[in-house]
Amino acid sequence: MGWLGPAELEALRLSLRVSFWATLVTLPFGIFVAYALARWRFPGRQLLNGLVHLPLILPPVVTGYLLLLTFGVQGPLGRLLAEFGIVVAFRWTGAALAAGIMAFPLMVRAIRLSIEAVDPKLEQAGATLGASRPFVFATVTLPMILPGVIAGGILAFAKAMGEFGATITFVSNIPGQTQTLPSAVYAFLQVPGGESAATRLVVVSIVIAMGALLLSEYVGRRAAARVSGS
Amino acid sequence: MSLSIHLRHDLPDLRLDLSFDAPSGVTVLFGRSGSGKTTVVNAVAGLLRPQTGRVAIDGWELFDTQKNRWLPPHRRRLGYIFQEGRLFPHMTVRQNLYYGRWFAPKRARRENPDKVIEMLGIGHLLDRRPAGLSGGEKQRVAIGRALLASPRLILADEPLAALDDARKAEILPYFERLRDEVSVPILYVTHSAAEVARLATSVVALQDGKAVRHGPASEVMADPSIAPAGVRAVGAVLNVRVREHHADGLTELEAGGARLFLPRIPHQAGEGLRIRIPAQEVILSNKRPEGLSALNVLEGVVETIRAGEGPGAIVSVKTPAGPILARITRRSVAALGLEPGQTCFAVIKTVALAPQDVGGRLTAP
Repeated sequence: MGWLGPAELEALRLSLRVSFWATLVTLPFGIFVAYALARWRFPGRQLLNGLVHLPLILPPVVTGYLLLLTFGVQGPLGRLLAEFGIVVAFRWTGAALAAGIMAFPLMVRAIRLSIEAVDPKLEQAGATLGASRPFVFATVTLPMILPGVIAGGILAFAKAMGEFGATITFVSNIPGQTQTLPSAVYAFLQVPGGESAATRLVVVSIVIAMGALLLSEYVGRRAAARVSGS
Repeated sequence: MSLSIHLRHDLPDLRLDLSFDAPSGVTVLFGRSGSGKTTVVNAVAGLLRPQTGRVAIDGWELFDTQKNRWLPPHRRRLGYIFQEGRLFPHMTVRQNLYYGRWFAPKRARRENPDKVIEMLGIGHLLDRRPAGLSGGEKQRVAIGRALLASPRLILADEPLAALDDARKAEILPYFERLRDEVSVPILYVTHSAAEVARLATSVVALQDGKAVRHGPASEVMADPSIAPAGVRAVGAVLNVRVREHHADGLTELEAGGARLFLPRIPHQAGEGLRIRIPAQEVILSNKRPEGLSALNVLEGVVETIRAGEGPGAIVSVKTPAGPILARITRRSVAALGLEPGQTCFAVIKTVALAPQDVGGRLTAP
């Protein structure tokens, strides 16, 4: 990576960290919400579905502004978290929060599709053999949806790497703190002579995005072959 | 052991309302599709919550809507063998087999896995995955998986319906071994009269959600009133013994001193069997028939004549081998002048005995 300058390397490292944590923390929620949407019938299901998809449809700036209102220093959740010593506003954790929320719909869609493909009759069979619901989930459902979970996770990671609008609105563009890769590209393009640095980061972005896609395809195929038993 | 079932449940197109007590052994729920058989089994398994009812095994209540008691499926200690097997595709055969065992209480683990694997002949499949198994192999693994959960009751919902005739003939003996070698009671759903004849200790005939008849197979299957399950279902069930294999490819059977001939069957001489003789494969004569190609002629006395729907009647003839049923027209009943107490001859075509109608080892009901 010798051809990347220190500021560029920092942006890349930060982006990787933000995306990693954004994906890891949202994954359990994503699985839970996908399961609820796929398997349970409850009042407000359509509302939940809409809420989950909102970040996909809303302008990212709007999502970022809503995050600022909620999790900002003066926001209700922001103040609540501050009491526990957690501050997300203008920190890399805030960037992770924004990236996680923006990537959430993609993750849920991928996982939900794979849950809907699991025959509920297999889960019933598990129950008749003595497995309680959590055990059926852990031993039957989860292994069978693993390809979807991995695909959803990688998709979410790639989306988080590219998140720009909500992040810059929510946590601004502070080098070393919240300046992720896309923010850095944007910043470099604002200063004269920054084009070459921006171009290098663009190349890095493309490589990471393509790599993530290929990896998700490969892992998904491997896992699918294992699960289908062939 | 006894299984006590009482259920009321309204489905969109069926009102289920039945109650019966099953003795130990194999209790077969018999009826055509849509009669409510699977609903009963699913209610016992806890996969369906009936509006009112109570199910108990030896007094241990699985549910009782009056007491508001409801055990979730995983606490019912059942072994459910599904029509489609429902093996877990992401596990090996071994992992499938041990799945239920893992959840069974340690002191309740009665079945020895090695014995079960040997009994079902699946030792060579243990490391394979279900996708690579034939239909018959899958179903054998499904039987083993249910059995190794050390259940208090085995449920089998049309476990052979998805298989072709050859596979059926392959799996049926395993259910017979289950009945004869394993002490767990079995609730078995089928619409096949041949399976009833081979497996049933007792039969519950279902019709439109109601239990219309309940009793030993030989009695229930002889009743023309279960004819809506298909007139082909009516037939006699005989307990016989293999006497001798003849060089011309026939096997001689003996029942109550009478002889019967079948195309060769793979059973040992001296072995006890159950055979089913469908009523429509029997013709009657009021004189000893002569110059007939049929080998099996049994002399007997007419016991009952029951008119079914349409032009047919079911005549029950008491022979030394046991009661034989014949389905003939009412016109023939009149022409032969048949009436109870009269001597007559039942003629059974040898080929009428299909392989699925011949069952293996036998326990006295």
